[in-house]
Amino acid sequence: MAVKFDDKQKASKGVGIGIRRVIAYVVLILVSFLCLFWFYVLFINATRSEGDLNRGFSFLPGGNLAANWTKMLNFPMISMGTGMLNSVIVSTLTAALCTYFSTMTAYAIHAYEFRLKKPMFTFILAVMMIPTQVTVLGFLQLVRGMGLEDNFIPLIVPAIASPVVFFYMKQYMESVLPLSLVEAARIDGSGEFRTFNSIVLPLMKPAMAVQAIFSFVSSWNNYFTPSLILHDDKMKTLPILIAQLRSADWREKDMGVVYMAISFSIFPVILVYLILSKHIVQGLAMGSVKG
Amino acid sequence: MKMGKRSKAVRFNKWGYIFLIPFLVTFVVFQLIPLISTIVYSFFEYYRAGLKVVGPNFLGLQNYIKLFSDADIWKYTGNTLIIWLMGFVPQIIVSLLIAAWFSDPSLRLKGQRFFKTVIYLPNLIMAAAFAMLFFMLFSKGGPVNSILVNSGIFAEAYTFLDHVWPTRILIAFMNFLMWFGNTTILLMAGMMGIDTSLFEAAQVDGATSTQIFFRVTLPLLKPILLYVMITSLIGGLQMFDVPQILTGDASPNNTSRTLIMFLNNNLYSKNYGMGGAISVYLFVMTGILSLLVFKFTNGKKK
Repeated sequence: MAVKFDDKQKASKGVGIGIRRVIAYVVLILVSFLCLFWFYVLFINATRSEGDLNRGFSFLPGGNLAANWTKMLNFPMISMGTGMLNSVIVSTLTAALCTYFSTMTAYAIHAYEFRLKKPMFTFILAVMMIPTQVTVLGFLQLVRGMGLEDNFIPLIVPAIASPVVFFYMKQYMESVLPLSLVEAARIDGSGEFRTFNSIVLPLMKPAMAVQAIFSFVSSWNNYFTPSLILHDDKMKTLPILIAQLRSADWREKDMGVVYMAISFSIFPVILVYLILSKHIVQGLAMGSVKG
Repeated sequence: MKMGKRSKAVRFNKWGYIFLIPFLVTFVVFQLIPLISTIVYSFFEYYRAGLKVVGPNFLGLQNYIKLFSDADIWKYTGNTLIIWLMGFVPQIIVSLLIAAWFSDPSLRLKGQRFFKTVIYLPNLIMAAAFAMLFFMLFSKGGPVNSILVNSGIFAEAYTFLDHVWPTRILIAFMNFLMWFGNTTILLMAGMMGIDTSLFEAAQVDGATSTQIFFRVTLPLLKPILLYVMITSLIGGLQMFDVPQILTGDASPNNTSRTLIMFLNNNLYSKNYGMGGAISVYLFVMTGILSLLVFKFTNGKKK
């Protein structure tokens, strides 16, 4: 009753709440459509044959899913299967190293008192915004000097130093890790490294899961650095192959197969997102309140 | 007893340094050394002409003088800023609107989780694949032209990517789609932080929801709006994947070539001196913007 009264009272001033609600839903449905439409077309077109596609656009799927799939895996010059494998290797290792070592860095700053603690913290925050593109020239020279071109190491190992992930971990740690717990572990005779691995890490699991997803996805989607480091066809990751599809003379290709290749490269991320979306969107808000 | 405790603390606190080693070593090797060598290269003549490598010869500021006296750098800076702005303006408007609706308790919108999930989705999609998809959809024989021609809106297929503004609009539109969900969630977090008693007080005083939005919410959101704007600009300066793959770096008269695409060209042609100068230019711009962010976020905490 009280709520209804409130609604009526508002309706008398400004625009009625019912109308505002309708406008809100219309706009939300419109932007949702704008977000999803392209992917709907993508998945539909991935199931259609070249002839179907030439006949014009259709909202209904075609019957060429299996054929496009097989053709995509047997692309001449561009091996999507190898690309998928490479992407999985690079992204998984990046996510693992990034979350583990960022938690460790956060623990160093959170749990210990040492003279350079404050300056170190400020320093890490200060370098947070340096874009990788700015240092990529020197990075490439370094990688060449080390003989690590066409190697995954320069794509994976730098993730150990991820200031943004560090910052998120530190914020989270402040709310879940009381120092008395670390103290208690010490009294029980646990070494510092063991305390970190067996007491701190389990407490940090939720935050690590969120950041593992984000670092996995950003590594999965990364095009700029890998395209400068990986030249051997056997080593290329999916974004590089997608870019190659663009530069190849696509007019001669079966477009359904190209749509299939694009679907193939984004599908894993969409799947993970749909399963874990609740945690991802929540985790994002969690970080942003504090950040 | 006290002495013992302190020395024990010191003994443990050396572990603070030990646990920092992986971060520091990685940072120094893969970021600091590359940054310094990039800056050093910018003062040298060092490029490859065919099979011959010229340099490195020390040039002083010659690379910078050449870079800034040439029209290219200003043109690409302009392209980057124009395309960023074209994506950012609709992004901030739509995000503010949606965030205000979501955090308005009197609206009681249903399906918030669904909408949040949907609008955040494009942010996670591989930009390269998304750009390739738009390239296909907006190509001459693609589905968009097919819809426009069949429905009679266009008499014949339109080559979007052969025209300056349609190309820029497509890039800006993709940036908008990829980032407005992220901005919405950031702004919502900011709005949730506003004391609800302020809204109630305004309501009691007879303010309409529009008045509340412009007179209460917006002024209180100013710090977070500035934060969103500057971080978005920093991101905008790094714009690369979408324009590179959508246009194949063949936009009409290079009107959609961004700064990072320019840097990328210099990396491929192995002109390290000039590439270094472009990198330093980007570094300085990002540095100034980051300092602004730093100032705002620190001021906010106090």
